Amino acid sequence: MIKIVKRDQPSRAIFFFTPVLAIFLTLVAGGLIFFILGFKPFEALKFFFIVPIADKYGFSELLLKATPLCLIAIGLSFCFKSNNWNIGAEGQLTFGAIVSGGVALLFYEQEGFYILPLVILAGAIGGMLYASIPAILKTYFNTNEILVSLMLVYVSKLILDYLVVGPWSNPEGFNFPETRQFSDSAKLPLLFEGLRIHAGIFLALAAVVISWFVFYKTYLGFQMKVSGFSLKTARYAGYKGKKMIILVFLISGACAGLAGVGEITGPIGQLHREISPDYGFTAIIVAFLGRLHPVGIIFASLVVAITYLGAETAQIFMQIPKYTGQVFQGMILFFLLASDYLLFFKIKFIGSKK
Amino acid sequence: MHKFFIRSFVSSLVLLFTFTVAAIAKDVKAAFVYIGPTGDHGWTYQHDVGRKAVEAAGFKTTYVEGVPESADAERVLRQLANSGHDIIFTTSFGYMNPTNKVAKEFPNVKFEHATGYKREHPNVSTYAARFYEGRTILGTIAGTMTKSNVIGYVASFPIPEVIRGINSFTLAAQKVNPNIKTKIVWAFTWYDPGKEAEAAKALIDQGADVIAQHTDSTAIVQMAEKAGVYAFGQASDMDKFAPKAVLTSVENNWGPYYVDRVKAVANGTWNQKDTWHGIGDGMVVISDLDSQMPADLRSKVKKLQADLASGKVHSFTGPIYDQKGNLMVAEGKTADDGMLAGMMTYVKGVEGDIPK
Repeated sequence: MIKIVKRDQPSRAIFFFTPVLAIFLTLVAGGLIFFILGFKPFEALKFFFIVPIADKYGFSELLLKATPLCLIAIGLSFCFKSNNWNIGAEGQLTFGAIVSGGVALLFYEQEGFYILPLVILAGAIGGMLYASIPAILKTYFNTNEILVSLMLVYVSKLILDYLVVGPWSNPEGFNFPETRQFSDSAKLPLLFEGLRIHAGIFLALAAVVISWFVFYKTYLGFQMKVSGFSLKTARYAGYKGKKMIILVFLISGACAGLAGVGEITGPIGQLHREISPDYGFTAIIVAFLGRLHPVGIIFASLVVAITYLGAETAQIFMQIPKYTGQVFQGMILFFLLASDYLLFFKIKFIGSKK
Repeated sequence: MHKFFIRSFVSSLVLLFTFTVAAIAKDVKAAFVYIGPTGDHGWTYQHDVGRKAVEAAGFKTTYVEGVPESADAERVLRQLANSGHDIIFTTSFGYMNPTNKVAKEFPNVKFEHATGYKREHPNVSTYAARFYEGRTILGTIAGTMTKSNVIGYVASFPIPEVIRGINSFTLAAQKVNPNIKTKIVWAFTWYDPGKEAEAAKALIDQGADVIAQHTDSTAIVQMAEKAGVYAFGQASDMDKFAPKAVLTSVENNWGPYYVDRVKAVANGTWNQKDTWHGIGDGMVVISDLDSQMPADLRSKVKKLQADLASGKVHSFTGPIYDQKGNLMVAEGKTADDGMLAGMMTYVKGVEGDIPK
């Protein structure tokens, strides 16, 4: 017989084991879906998870895809750790891209070493400004940050639409909704000839290191942790809650804004309507899959990035519908949430004698 | 025994046929990159119908659907070029820069970009259809069928392609009914059933009793069906989605062009081109005319269709005036392709301003 027993304390080993379990269950369920659809499950999984990264180019594309996911998820982990539910990273990414793209267009056809730092800085500031809206509304007007940050995503996309259709559209572009191409000085340098991976990856890695330091070596990190466990305790301990809420939102917004900069000054090279395939939302999955831990987020961003690449490869070589990539992302989150059950409960097998 | 011989005879015929087709095909592989799902019953659906025609002609094809116009497009294109495809059709405007970028790296692969204007490398061609010819037909029908003299038009983005369609539609409607007004709602999307339905609803509320659309979903014709007004199908024959509302549809027929271009690759005769085909070349097709239309209108439309195909009638024949009354095309002249390609002003009779 099986009995389910509540744990006295959440298990730390299980805490880091469940993401692995979730990925494993996703693979099993994915294989099953492929089988039901009439594909050979192992071959399909091979095209999904191995073929896309089997060569140097494929691996560089994986890193390119994982960079914005990692960057945003690191930023989100500041918010989520301290009980602030910032769902609007996509909007902060978009607004950061708008501000940095605006600066890049200001320097159209100009060269200079100072342009790129300005463009990057503008993106971070743009993201921070946009994230400060839900933060300030939450701290001073007690609004729900989930709703506000989510709704602002759509606002940011409409602002971007307006700009690329109207005032910022390429004068030589027959009114198509896109801006001019940025000058080379406004673009992130490529790391290798012939590959698309760019210097933005260093921004992501820096974010990983800094966040680790803040989480585990600073007073702020401790405050965040305590607020995450219990807001009342935090208040009792005399922490300045409002300041911290605004700070984590600003950090989160800056990271998302930088991710936007990486896209438009990296592989895209201009502003148009579709600068992000919803990285800001997918990064939420990444943050939780990585257990809000900087190193965990690196691995999680790679795992989720591969579901994008794999979906394309599987469609090209096996005619599997590309939307299965989204099914995989959904399943990872579902199994992760489901297996979190094991954190608080354990399964005991009874019946056989000790 | 007798049966056995017949069977083996038939099967050897089939085999022979298969081999012959395979020999003609010369292993040319074509790839298609789609912006939406193949089941959108609009833009992407019709491109996929074209792909199936290529397949039926004996060539191997691959497609990738739902490719965003973000940084992802370039990777998909490179992967297709890298995996043995000889010709790649990129079927959305936003693929223009990635197409030209990847084409530079793969000079032996041919690229065909739909609705764009950049051909930066000798292995890039562009193609588009003269949909405005189809809209001349729709305008003629709308101008005749309307009772409120208000015609609604759901538009996507203020680009020349869409403005041209609005103008050609309005000019044709005015020709049969000088009192009509065309009201525009900009949906700022190519495919969003929710937004499109809302736009159609807004137009119907403003008194429009015929709705035209330059977006891709079936939501508008379904909304028209519900409200009891007329509508026209876009990209594919949408009659089955709204049998009472849909009077006819303008179909995008890419198959002949696709087969032609893939065959050209197989024969080694492919060359860079900028193709802009209309009703005459069969790239724009008018679906069956609904029986709710009076018989004389139907025969008039049939004749107009034939005249547009032969070139006897041009959608933009002067005199054409813009909204302010300035002459755009003089009497007896027709607009040239350069003017059509850059058309960014409304003709007289269209209400409102082009969003800037």
